[in-house]
Amino acid sequence: MRIHEYQAKEIFAKYGLPVAPSRAVSTVDDAVGAAGELDYPVAVKAQIHAGGRGKGGGIVIAQDEETLRETATCLLSHALVTSQTGPDGRVVRKLLIEKAAAIAEERYLAVTVDRARRSIVIVASRTGGIDIEEVARENPEAILKEWIDPAVGLRPFQAHRLARKLALPVASVRPATELILTLYRFFCREDCTLAEINPLAITEDAKLVAIDAKVAFDDSGLFRHPETAKLRDETEEDPVEVEASAVNLNYIKLDGNVGCLVNGAGLAMATMDLIDHVGARPANFLDVGGGATAEMIEKGVRILVGDPDVQAVLINIFGGILRCDVLAEGVVAAVKAVDAKCPVIIRLEGTNVDAGREILRSSGLSFRTASDLREAAQMIGDAVKEAP
Amino acid sequence: MSILIGDETRALVQGITGSEGRFHTERMLQDGTKIVAGVTPGKAGESVEGVPVFDTVADAVAETGANASILFVPPAFAADAIMEAAEARLDLVVCLTEGIPIQDMLIARRYVDLVGVKLIGPNTPGLISPGKSKLGVMASYIHRPGPIGIISRSGTLSYEVVHQLTALGIGQSTCIGIGGDPIVGLSFSELLPIFETDEETVGIVLVGEIGGSAEEEAAVVISERISKPVVAFIAGRTAPPGRQMGHAGAIITEGLGTAEAKVSALREAGADVAVSPAEIGARMARQLR
Repeated sequence: MRIHEYQAKEIFAKYGLPVAPSRAVSTVDDAVGAAGELDYPVAVKAQIHAGGRGKGGGIVIAQDEETLRETATCLLSHALVTSQTGPDGRVVRKLLIEKAAAIAEERYLAVTVDRARRSIVIVASRTGGIDIEEVARENPEAILKEWIDPAVGLRPFQAHRLARKLALPVASVRPATELILTLYRFFCREDCTLAEINPLAITEDAKLVAIDAKVAFDDSGLFRHPETAKLRDETEEDPVEVEASAVNLNYIKLDGNVGCLVNGAGLAMATMDLIDHVGARPANFLDVGGGATAEMIEKGVRILVGDPDVQAVLINIFGGILRCDVLAEGVVAAVKAVDAKCPVIIRLEGTNVDAGREILRSSGLSFRTASDLREAAQMIGDAVKEAP
Repeated sequence: MSILIGDETRALVQGITGSEGRFHTERMLQDGTKIVAGVTPGKAGESVEGVPVFDTVADAVAETGANASILFVPPAFAADAIMEAAEARLDLVVCLTEGIPIQDMLIARRYVDLVGVKLIGPNTPGLISPGKSKLGVMASYIHRPGPIGIISRSGTLSYEVVHQLTALGIGQSTCIGIGGDPIVGLSFSELLPIFETDEETVGIVLVGEIGGSAEEEAAVVISERISKPVVAFIAGRTAPPGRQMGHAGAIITEGLGTAEAKVSALREAGADVAVSPAEIGARMARQLR
């Protein structure tokens, strides 16, 4: 789960991580009021869950009220397009007004999980404020790393070693060591998957300041952090995806022409690949999970046929715990209820498959039933060719 | 032979008194698994399907000589239960739980390595050696005993592969779901050499998916140490980057973990990689000819 910069900085401040004074606002007048309290110059920062804000015009330094008003008016309630938002951009609902720091130098610092090494890793670089992925590609030796043994945790000597490698002013090495230890403590205590400070600024008076804060939490850890779970901003997510997740459907919208409903994440991805393989394009990822009810299936089918781009629907179920007869009942109910116009191809296998197929046959609806994946693929190809 | 589980497996079930534990204990017994004990803290003295329940793994092992464990334990307590089983030095621990916090798993995996215990999962349907033993929740009737080992990150996709093989008259030695989480126990690269030395196994199917680098690590092992034919499939060629595709581990981050990179690494290592999930079984049949 991602959170906004302003939310991350509020938590940073609680942990004693250095952030500049700031206020989160949602109107132009509040922005002006906040800047008045903080005193100019201030940074005006669009709060959206996507990077690339600086280059996309989402971060502006305002020297005076006129610039601030103009910037806030342009950003608030408008879509901001960055390299990471897609062409439609994201609507800006909040701005962070922050006291602009006198930055002398910038570094990069992050804590994340290294899957291959099965450990938490601290990542740092002497060049901050840049696209770290680009640095990793073009100049990998500029990326500094400290891996942390899960049995031992981050040791101060490791934090110190990393701080020294950052080529900081002498007076900043000890505070940087403390900062690294604190960021790691925050990461562990709050069940993060990412805690990134980019840039970490060294001010003209040799102070460290987190200029940006990017934090993501482990969804599986949220049950022990109810306060964190409240920070979720559903307006940053696709409304249909939110609607699906409310009934425990795992749905991701894509831009293809064949909708699919599958049980199991791996089979769902494989089904998307199969659709692509026959020259069509998957319109979505939809995993109904192992314990789907007839109601969940119905909701899933409704979502698929409600997508105007969908020319055909493929339902691919390998029933184990999810019985084929339960699934078939859900599908029949949904297709009747929504009066689906596009062809519906069904491939059923597994527990109670014969009962399931009989329910489909006797429903009076014109399903196309495939006996295996190969035949299902063929039927999708045909259905897309027939489409107007 | 089969790998990891077989006739000699004497299993205990952690979380046996919960609804899932109960349900699947019954099914595993029907499938021929020897289940000698159950563990639920505070429920010592009860029994489930005739299986005696103990308070702790240590008690259960002392009384029954159990040598493997399967866990039906909720996410909040699962990593602790894995470590309790590992501390008792069982040969194998299988954790099915989905949704264990990643930091819990970092510690649990470190601990099982430290004490030298094999862990399968979490977030898996488990494993089955058809006709011998099952520590898992898969529907056993789709399987047949035979010469193919299967290793998969995905549950239902492994059922699909088993179904294709069985329909072609090809049985399976052991089918292992390694789990869909970012941090799991035994991975492809650790299981491939075990299948290589298993006399019964003639060919191996590897079912990977986007995210992480387990398939790339497997490719190195295949090229250096595996002589048996390997058929592979990587799910998620059409998955968008930056989105988690159901499994916590199935996500392309910073351009890493793409299907393309995994497919080309496996092909270079000599694996026969299927482009369509419909042709995995047929490819293995061709390899066996």
